[in-house]
Amino acid sequence: MADKTSSNAYWAANIRVITISMVIWFVCSFGLGILLRPALSGISVGGADLGFWFAQNGSIYVFLVLIFAYAAKMNKLDKEHGVEE
Amino acid sequence: MDQFTLNLIVVGASFALYFGIAFWARAGSTAEFYAASQGVPPVMNGMATAADWMSAASFISMAGLIAFGGYNNSVFLMGWTGGYVLLALLLAPYLRKFGKFTVPEFVGDRFYSTSARMVAVICLLVISITYVIGQMVGVGVTFARFLEVSTTTGLLIGSAVVFAYAVFGGMKGITYTQVAQYVVLIIAYTIPALFISLQLTGNFLPQLGLIGGYAPSSTPDDYFLQKLDQVVTELGFAAYTADTTNMFNMFLVTMSLMIGTAGLPHVIIRFFTVPKVSDARTSAGWALVFIALLYTVAPAVGSMARLNITTTFWPGAIEGSAFDKPALSVEEINTNPELSWILNWQKTGLLVFEDKNGDGLIQYFNEPAPLAAANKALGDAKKALADAAADADKAPLEQAVTDATAARDAALAEATLGGKTLAEQGIVGNELTTVNNDIMVLANPEIAKLPGWVIALVAAGALAAALSTAAGLLLAISSAISHDLIKGALKPDISEKGELLWARISMAFAIVLATWLGLDPPGFAAQVVALAFGLAAATIFPVLMMGIFSTRVTKEGAIAGMIVGLITTSVYIFLYLGWFFIPGTNMFPNTPAAHFLGISPAAFGPIGALLNFAVAYIVSGMTKAPPQDVQDLIQSIRVPKGAGAAQAH
Repeated sequence: MADKTSSNAYWAANIRVITISMVIWFVCSFGLGILLRPALSGISVGGADLGFWFAQNGSIYVFLVLIFAYAAKMNKLDKEHGVEE
Repeated sequence: MDQFTLNLIVVGASFALYFGIAFWARAGSTAEFYAASQGVPPVMNGMATAADWMSAASFISMAGLIAFGGYNNSVFLMGWTGGYVLLALLLAPYLRKFGKFTVPEFVGDRFYSTSARMVAVICLLVISITYVIGQMVGVGVTFARFLEVSTTTGLLIGSAVVFAYAVFGGMKGITYTQVAQYVVLIIAYTIPALFISLQLTGNFLPQLGLIGGYAPSSTPDDYFLQKLDQVVTELGFAAYTADTTNMFNMFLVTMSLMIGTAGLPHVIIRFFTVPKVSDARTSAGWALVFIALLYTVAPAVGSMARLNITTTFWPGAIEGSAFDKPALSVEEINTNPELSWILNWQKTGLLVFEDKNGDGLIQYFNEPAPLAAANKALGDAKKALADAAADADKAPLEQAVTDATAARDAALAEATLGGKTLAEQGIVGNELTTVNNDIMVLANPEIAKLPGWVIALVAAGALAAALSTAAGLLLAISSAISHDLIKGALKPDISEKGELLWARISMAFAIVLATWLGLDPPGFAAQVVALAFGLAAATIFPVLMMGIFSTRVTKEGAIAGMIVGLITTSVYIFLYLGWFFIPGTNMFPNTPAAHFLGISPAAFGPIGALLNFAVAYIVSGMTKAPPQDVQDLIQSIRVPKGAGAAQAH
């Protein structure tokens, strides 16, 4: 295991990345797809509204980007903090 | 070559492939049996996870649910994919770093308690066994439809196939077989979708077709979704894109499916099989790539099937209004070979039409509530008259039929279709009385007039989806019994060979149990899914998350939390669906009006999870902090460095 201070800083950085990612995860699915749909009904996408598209297709694309972005960011953090395998 | 022979050849060839792979990759050690020696590359592991995850429900049922539920059933699309974000960010890398084989093992080590491990085993068994029954039923139904055997025979053949490759192959055999099963199922799902999207929207990609223009329209700038909304509202259905549900409940159902997905033991177990911690993160991403290939196509499959089936019965709707041309005639159904699928499905009882008014046409529409109620009352009255004993006094029964007919006629004079009352048009009710959700995917190639080999491929795909999920669940069950229950608690000194034998015996036992329950399903396929997801959300997910992200949660807190999550969630579901799903034992009717704060049984998972977290933190605050070696364990799983191969102990 790396020394205590380095791994604490690593964990704090990890929690920050997770928090930001979770906010995006929530906004693009529960937000745009469900809660904000009535407010955004004026924006039309392919014959329906933005909320409908996010609920049926858009949120899934965001989830995909989010996981790979998280993995890439964490690989970088692993190296910066010297905790990579 | 007839369709039956073609089905037999394609399904038979796919089974031969699975057997071959299982033989080539058979397991020799417990590490290979439980976790494939951590030697599976992320892309392949992602593919296997996708096959493991996508069950008969995803393949057969989901598009049909979306077709008839429209926007409201987006909960499945978001719920069953969003859980992978939680897995990648909150669970997978840390559990891989922990480096053991099973979910209860992590719970037992992190919460330094065999009791905690046993509570986790109970939660896991309840979740996995309820889930596996649905898969066995799916296998039986698919066999029955495509290979013309009885559901029972189909189920027994399916069990024998799973038995052969899961028991001998273990995780290694299952993983490589699932890669092949994924390829079969995704081809089977997308090929019909590509053709149908091209026909309806001119877009080759169904994802673009969904938001594309409507090709057969006379006015070129019509969107496909606008067309669909127009056609279904004309016939009295809710608009496809309309939100007709309770927003709070929809939010909770989506959340329940997401955290339930992240808490399903047979999914989590996949992330123990990758070589490195960083691979666990990308593995979740790859799994979602392969899942998204099906899930982003599903809304197009559902909506296009809905439009196709509607325009089949109302040919006028293809270009203009449904009422521009007469409805589909019975003669056309009987003589046009392109419509033979209607007769084929009518035989199974999953699609039923009935020319009630004898005008030779099948009028398909949504009966307004008063008419539907009046028609049902009339049907009941007629049935009572027909069932009456020969010597009974029939006068009051005949009077009841006369009264019900008068009430129905009054309803017909009120209800309108296409701007005229039904009474004026001589229509007495909806004549396409049954369209089962599940036929949408299976009948899709026939509706779109695709060649016979595509139909055979869909059969093989549905079987691949059900079998791969069943195998993954059986592995989770067998490892919980042999590794956690027998080696972990009852007989810690068991040899590796003995444990491997027990793993195989418990898997065989689980197959027999699942087959037995599948032969006589208690008739609650949809309800058990609610239970499995609700429990995974309320027990496994919170305990794993607290185990990783809190250093303060104690064994007492974890055990109390899991028990509270388990009990509150099952009791809430049983209150509405009957105790242990026994019909008639429910305390409240399962209707939105009777739901507490509008929360449906399927939406309770997140509430159970919140209760679990709250109880665990309160109890932990009152008990002694975890010992130093557990603190060290938590620090160690939080950093990737030093992750070796999994230890057998």
